[in-house]
Amino acid sequence: MSVFIDQQTRLVVQGITGRDGSFHTRQMIGYGTKVVAGVTPGKGGQLFDSVVPVFDTVADAVRETQANTAVIYVPAAVAASAIFEAADAGVPLIVCITEGIAVLDMTRVLPYLHERGARLIGPNCPGLISPARSKVGIIPGNICRPGRVGVVSRSGTLTYEIVHQLSTQGLGQSTCVGIGGDPLIGTNFIHCLSAFQADTETDAVVMIGEIGGTDEQQAADFVQQAMTKPVIGFIAGQTAPPGRRMGHAGAIISGSSGTAAEKMAAFARAGIAVMKRPADVVPLLKERL
Amino acid sequence: MNLHEYQARDILRRHGIPVPPGEVATTTDEARAIAARLGPGPVVVKAQVHAGGRGKAGGVKLAANPAEAAAHAAKILGMTIKGFTVRRVLVAPAADIASESYVGIIVDRTSQRPVLMVSAAGGIDIEEVAARTPEKIHRLAVDPRYGLLAHQALGLALKLHRDIAQARATADIMQRLYAAFYAVGASLAEINPLVTTRDGAVAALDAKIVIDDNELDRRPEIAALRDTSAEAPSEVAAREAGLTFIKLDGAVGCCVNGAGLAMATMDLVKYYGGAPANFLDIGGSSNPQKVVSALQIITADASVRAILFNIFGGITRCDDVATGIVQATRAFPLQVPLVIRLTGTNEELAVQILTQAGFPALTDMDEAVKQAVAQAKAA
Repeated sequence: MSVFIDQQTRLVVQGITGRDGSFHTRQMIGYGTKVVAGVTPGKGGQLFDSVVPVFDTVADAVRETQANTAVIYVPAAVAASAIFEAADAGVPLIVCITEGIAVLDMTRVLPYLHERGARLIGPNCPGLISPARSKVGIIPGNICRPGRVGVVSRSGTLTYEIVHQLSTQGLGQSTCVGIGGDPLIGTNFIHCLSAFQADTETDAVVMIGEIGGTDEQQAADFVQQAMTKPVIGFIAGQTAPPGRRMGHAGAIISGSSGTAAEKMAAFARAGIAVMKRPADVVPLLKERL
Repeated sequence: MNLHEYQARDILRRHGIPVPPGEVATTTDEARAIAARLGPGPVVVKAQVHAGGRGKAGGVKLAANPAEAAAHAAKILGMTIKGFTVRRVLVAPAADIASESYVGIIVDRTSQRPVLMVSAAGGIDIEEVAARTPEKIHRLAVDPRYGLLAHQALGLALKLHRDIAQARATADIMQRLYAAFYAVGASLAEINPLVTTRDGAVAALDAKIVIDDNELDRRPEIAALRDTSAEAPSEVAAREAGLTFIKLDGAVGCCVNGAGLAMATMDLVKYYGGAPANFLDIGGSSNPQKVVSALQIITADASVRAILFNIFGGITRCDDVATGIVQATRAFPLQVPLVIRLTGTNEELAVQILTQAGFPALTDMDEAVKQAVAQAKAA
């Protein structure tokens, strides 16, 4: 078992013929992901790389290929619309890689998904990977190894850094999930922690948070109340000044709220081992496994 | 993107919210002329900068007549408030205030909805009220599918006014503020204070609007309100080059791909006893030109004593970054030491390119940060 994706994942790629979409579709196929369809309006009927059928709409793609997961690489201006379309086509898992969706668009997207029972991962995220099984998104497959550590993170390259430390020191991963750096996201830390707690192939979880919001504090409460598996935590942005967006739209200290110090304290109170730097991940995990 | 008070007032006025008159001056003569136009009676002269606490800093002054307005403008124009130089003042009639309250809208991350906040404790720092007496703030999460409903607005307005006519006027203002919030793509819109005057009218005396940067591409009329003179020149240059850059006080210049890794790199600089000079995310694309721009921006800061590259190649190709470093250092020789760490996609090629150009390349993040901190201290 793994979390959210596995060998049963049948993927439709929205924006498959675009620059990013085509590059990452080839990467995903190379990794073994079952990419069953692509969507680019106006290019329905074509074949991508002579293999993957392209449709004009997600509804057509789902009807013809039984796709059960969608990944979105379309430009920001049309990304919210792409999420609506995937949900409307009945896709239960939607992964949005695109960065730059307006927050007010997300206030309308999220209730729409909720009513249809669809799960969104992202937006503004690297997607997810279950090593040696399936990858949906842009996480480089070559840095991951199959194993029993779950990873959940608001970041992209920082996740790669920490996964790289795990893999090179003999700790493989069950699933790595990038939940995204925006203030409004579809899947939060608690959703992922809960899935890892239930997953029989995950023994421990690494949670990588950052400044901004209170998702990590709520996750810490959840760990204390509902998790028996060890959790290791990291917070990026200890040196970030208040009131400035640190690259990610959601990484901002508002007034005195959302600081790294307050999140690290919440982790410590909940019994989460707090990493002071990325290189602490393996020693802290080994102490607890 | 922050808007100035006068820009926010214009937006509210366009949405039918009562806003007292007032005009912007960039010179003392203009301030005098506006005060004269506004007629007899006192005026306020208010600094237009992207900083709170303008009053405490001496940036808001009451003037009895046009001559005094000009004198205040002379002092306020050019003044520095929290690092921002004042280039404009708003001149507005002094209001005859009977009561002050607060009305604001934000997007709440937990409920994932726009939340209206009101408080009868207006005219002061709402964050302070939230921290000290949270019971004085009333909150309502709005369902974005239906918007702020009339009875919801009136229910909140009745927390601010006993008089039903004033409550109705305030409820109408709240619904208009909610409409404006979505219309301009705001992440924050507040009226502080919302005042009642002695003749019973309700009006928005001061306003603050922050626009979600992700809205700007599709709202050119809002993007045009950006005041680049109110921003650090290095940050303007970075934005134009497609980089995210925030200047800090330390000596170790940082150039990293990805926001999370960039923050973690800054934190590690501090962990090893140094101080980061900046946050800089070169983004996920493989474009040597971005590296050139990044180095230009970092080296323009005289307090930088060493530069650290930390690249984890996923989509970003290490060889592209290496090529960018070589191109940039050929175009303008660096005056400070450079420490480069690259790992991931095309790492071997990158090391080869850098070694040929005489730059040592590291693969371990901790080792690179330690070296950068040591070199910044030695310089």
